[in-house]
Amino acid sequence: MIDHIALLGRATLDTLSAIGRAGLFLVQSIFCLPSREGFYLWVRQMHFVGVMSVAIVLVSGLFIGMVLALQGYTILVGFGADEALGQMVALSLVRELAPVVAALLFAGRAGSALTAEIGLMKATEQLTSMEMIGVDPLRRIVAPRLWAGFVSLPILTVIFGVVGIWGGYLVGVDWLGVYEGSYWSNMQDSVDFVDDVLNGMVKSLVFGLVVTWIAVFQGYDLIPTSEGISRATTRTVVYASLAVLGLDFVLTALMFGDLG
Amino acid sequence: MDDPIMVEVENLHFSRGNTEIFRGVDLQIPLGKITAIMGPSGTGKTTLLKLIGGQLVPDQGQILIDGQDVHKLSRRSLFKLRRRMGMLFQSGALFSDLDVFENVAFPLRVHTELPNAMIRDIVLMKLQAVGLRGARHLMPSELSGGMARRVALARAVALDPDLVLYDEPFVGQDPISMGVLVQLIKKVNQALGLTAIVVSHDIKETLSIADYVYIIADGKVMAHGTPQTLDVDDDAHVKQFVHGEPDGPVPFHYPAPDFFDDILAPAGQFS
Repeated sequence: MIDHIALLGRATLDTLSAIGRAGLFLVQSIFCLPSREGFYLWVRQMHFVGVMSVAIVLVSGLFIGMVLALQGYTILVGFGADEALGQMVALSLVRELAPVVAALLFAGRAGSALTAEIGLMKATEQLTSMEMIGVDPLRRIVAPRLWAGFVSLPILTVIFGVVGIWGGYLVGVDWLGVYEGSYWSNMQDSVDFVDDVLNGMVKSLVFGLVVTWIAVFQGYDLIPTSEGISRATTRTVVYASLAVLGLDFVLTALMFGDLG
Repeated sequence: MDDPIMVEVENLHFSRGNTEIFRGVDLQIPLGKITAIMGPSGTGKTTLLKLIGGQLVPDQGQILIDGQDVHKLSRRSLFKLRRRMGMLFQSGALFSDLDVFENVAFPLRVHTELPNAMIRDIVLMKLQAVGLRGARHLMPSELSGGMARRVALARAVALDPDLVLYDEPFVGQDPISMGVLVQLIKKVNQALGLTAIVVSHDIKETLSIADYVYIIADGKVMAHGTPQTLDVDDDAHVKQFVHGEPDGPVPFHYPAPDFFDDILAPAGQFS
């Protein structure tokens, strides 16, 4: 019994110290003075983290939009409300699906790659040797990646939303025969820029920061062995996905909770 | 030893988990000389270098480099001090996303405002010194272990540091690249007049270039002296280590029950 209590205490202390380390790590790396060198590094990471994720976001966005339209149509047509399809597709994408699904894909595609990359740099002593050369790896390696993730996820979310709405149009209008004018005009009437679009962007900014933070911290803090790298990569995807889903509920409650 | 002191280690204690690695180590590294730190595997020689480089913090005691206490410096001053140090890692630790030229140019680019043409000249000079000027466009993954270590050596001395730390420079090298590295370390030291600390357990090679030697075992300095005095030292520990005798005060066998009893143990009582 005492052993169990001691184990619980140990686990709590470990968790708290990891959270503390992660917090310090974020503060130390995110507030770096911008420099020309740093800008180039950031652009490079925007390519790896952002541009390389565009393909997966395009394909998933298209399919999610098409499925939404298909599912929505079969429900709405029962009420004779198939005119509202555009509104339904756009609102679900902008408020919810685009930020969340893009963040989950981003965690799997870019997050795991960041963890593995930084972890391998640690295992091959590249981070240590950089420190010994007198360059802070938090500034040189971590900060550009953190900022790249923070900036690129909202952009990916916009791409996801746009492609999704277009996918919904393909299925709803071109295939199922919803009137094109009502698809667009209902959407235009019901989607509010501040309430819907901006709130969705705020969500994706938060997700971008959290997912990238988890990914780079797991890479920086891992035990530098092959097993350590594989565990940390898994942890990145699991923790980041759970954090996105949990935070999504909290943010949704704060943004839309007082409507009903 | 009347030479001025570059690095002074005083009463160093360090433990990892429950294992005590150092129990009061005192070292003095003279300026402009090659000092070797030797000892059997697992005595924490690499840990000592990391302590000197300020990457680990000792439990007790202090390390002074040029009079500054490494572990009392702010992060900024520590990084400033590290610009005067070069370290050669066992694995080379080249940056895998940069080619050979850019790896050697890295310290120059981040710490100096030199124009590109001058950086190019310096890098080519350093690469020429290690014989790899022709390999400047290769990526680290295309280099053999010995070549990677030579590039790492060029990078470590790119800024003409005052102090170079060599972590096991000879491990895992074939005889030819071993000979090349021994020559290089000696030559670099003489040409640049820098202070070098070589951590190693390759006795012959290390003794051939070292001006002064410390032998560390059991968390303490067991012996120190010039290679000549250690060679004729009578202490059983020193003798066993320097002459590479398999058995002596450091036992060949891991603790085990009596061999005879173990072999003849009746079936069912095997442990």
